[in-house]
Amino acid sequence: MTIRIYVPKDACAIACGADEVVEAIEAAARKRQQPVEIVRNGSRGMLWLEPLVEVVTAEGRIGYGPVEAGDVEGLFEAGFLTGGAHGLRIGKPEEHPFLAKQTRLTFARCGIIDPASYTDYRAHGGYRGLERALQLGPAEIIEEVKKSGLRGRGGAGFPTAIKWKTVADAKAERKYIVCNADEGDSGTFADRMIMEGDPFELIEGMTIAGIAVGATKGFVYTRSEYPHAIWAMEKAIEVARAHGMLGVNIAGSQYSFDMEVRMGAGAYVCGEETALLDSLEGKRGTVRAKPPLPAHKGLFQKPTVINNVLSLTAVPHILADGGEFYANFGMGRSRGTMPIQIAGNVKFGGLFETAFGITLGELINDIGGGTASGRPVKAAQVGGPLGAYVPTWQFDLPFDYESFAAKDALIGHGGIVVFDESADMAKMARFAMEFCSVESCGKCTPCRIGSTRGVELMDRIMAGERREANLATLTDLCQTMKLGSLCALGGFTPYPVLSAMNHFPEDFGAPPHRLEAAE
Amino acid sequence: MPHYEPWSDERARAVIEEFSHLEGPLMPMLHAVQETFGHVPDAVVPMLAEMLNISRAEVHGVVTFYHDFRHEPAGHHVLKLCRAEACQAAGGDALADHAEHRLGCKLGETTADGRVTVEPIYCLGLCATAPSAMLDGKIVARLNERRLDALIAEAQS
Repeated sequence: MTIRIYVPKDACAIACGADEVVEAIEAAARKRQQPVEIVRNGSRGMLWLEPLVEVVTAEGRIGYGPVEAGDVEGLFEAGFLTGGAHGLRIGKPEEHPFLAKQTRLTFARCGIIDPASYTDYRAHGGYRGLERALQLGPAEIIEEVKKSGLRGRGGAGFPTAIKWKTVADAKAERKYIVCNADEGDSGTFADRMIMEGDPFELIEGMTIAGIAVGATKGFVYTRSEYPHAIWAMEKAIEVARAHGMLGVNIAGSQYSFDMEVRMGAGAYVCGEETALLDSLEGKRGTVRAKPPLPAHKGLFQKPTVINNVLSLTAVPHILADGGEFYANFGMGRSRGTMPIQIAGNVKFGGLFETAFGITLGELINDIGGGTASGRPVKAAQVGGPLGAYVPTWQFDLPFDYESFAAKDALIGHGGIVVFDESADMAKMARFAMEFCSVESCGKCTPCRIGSTRGVELMDRIMAGERREANLATLTDLCQTMKLGSLCALGGFTPYPVLSAMNHFPEDFGAPPHRLEAAE
Repeated sequence: MPHYEPWSDERARAVIEEFSHLEGPLMPMLHAVQETFGHVPDAVVPMLAEMLNISRAEVHGVVTFYHDFRHEPAGHHVLKLCRAEACQAAGGDALADHAEHRLGCKLGETTADGRVTVEPIYCLGLCATAPSAMLDGKIVARLNERRLDALIAEAQS
């Protein structure tokens, strides 16, 4: 009997040796004349267990991880093909506490299905959203998205339905859907995981967006650092086309929509939506002044919906189960679920999708298990290179747009990077300025010049040169960048700098003054 | 090891023309040129300008804006070390120092024998299994000194 084995093709699994594990399994199976069928799935998101090999047994799928090629003989000896006991056995993945505690909507299929299989996607509820969208028609699709309360998952948190309505109302002979998959923030990998593990979901989301606003062409703009995601997306687009789910008259309807993948070239600022549009047009990735909004004059000056991967992949669920169902999750004005990424110096890092409202402490200590190094946690940077460093005494902060904003922090794309006590926060502040100076598009002065001056100031502060005066100048410079920059790169770089400075003054050579600790 | 073709006007034109039907074709064209020749040679700039009916300055501006596009060919192998925050939190600084020491050149440089170019990269999206690196397109996570030495040995071979 042929036994089915799942070995992820997610980039993280491959980087941890999944391809070598596949070869070892094939060799060991050949040796035993045991027919096996290896399916390359996405990742379940328990990344410390990658490569997580799953065997289909009579009881269901049984996981083993992290498996290295050298473990494979031992696994065969232990009878892992029938779910045998072994030190790496984790049981049924879905019963693992890390997965059992999650509310998975966007990532419901990721790691379970074969990402290249249209049949698998359909069998697991795929295209239910599009079917309902085709029945509803444009106006009601937008109404449904409005009811869901979905806000842009890229970082800004702008209500998705308003954006869509603006593009739908714009009169033009051509409109575009652009997916911002330029996931450049350190500590984030949700976009990559979904493109590699469930690419049809993004295709479905973009198709629904196209129908809603009257756009017939979509672009996924992603990173050159993500070759595996590009392959997976292009493969899925080809398959979708072959099944009539992209192209002219999608699924036999009156609507037409097609899409292609475009690759960036290592510029972080192209994650900013207007810089991304310029890059897509074949220009330098320079930020545009707004207005005009991309919804009015976007790609090639045509009305354009530009949404993040996680916003677009939430859409099929909203349509399939209704906006109210989605809005039932979450807190305050942050509705639905957020795929949170736990990374850096952390024991159990991975993808944790849950309703808004969970605290940072729960995520880092309870779910993430604290640091990988075993030393105490010092801080976590939330929201990428432009996100604030949150100290442990603020770990009761609930994960929601408003709560974070109230503490001068942002959830951004939902990435959490954990640092242990060996981290030097002055060095991290300097890095934030340096990164901004390297990645600045150069259009506005506060960002282009301010970041360079920021690096110089940090160098002086770290050398102990006129410390107090330089810290005051740095604070002033941050204020200028915050208020005067054209986009989030220059505007938000002050967040990591000021948070590091305010919460860890001792790293900047100043006396500690943890006022907030007394709150 | 990646294999690149020697420059030829004719070949360059053919590579570029493959993308001329696209909307906003310049970026895909530049990627294709670099994939073919290993870098973006100056000679391609007027060619692109003419084909797209834009100025040479505009093409030059685009080529020089993006970190990925090389003006000169890289070493035989390219080792990219992730230097973003998650990898820094997981011990990436020490590994970068180690690589620079072993190769005898700084990040962003090529070894004197031209075999290895070592570069920083800002995020491979492998942040939960940091630190990570990429050798000629092959990604490696859970990097430690032993794994890094193996990568360096592979690059030097």
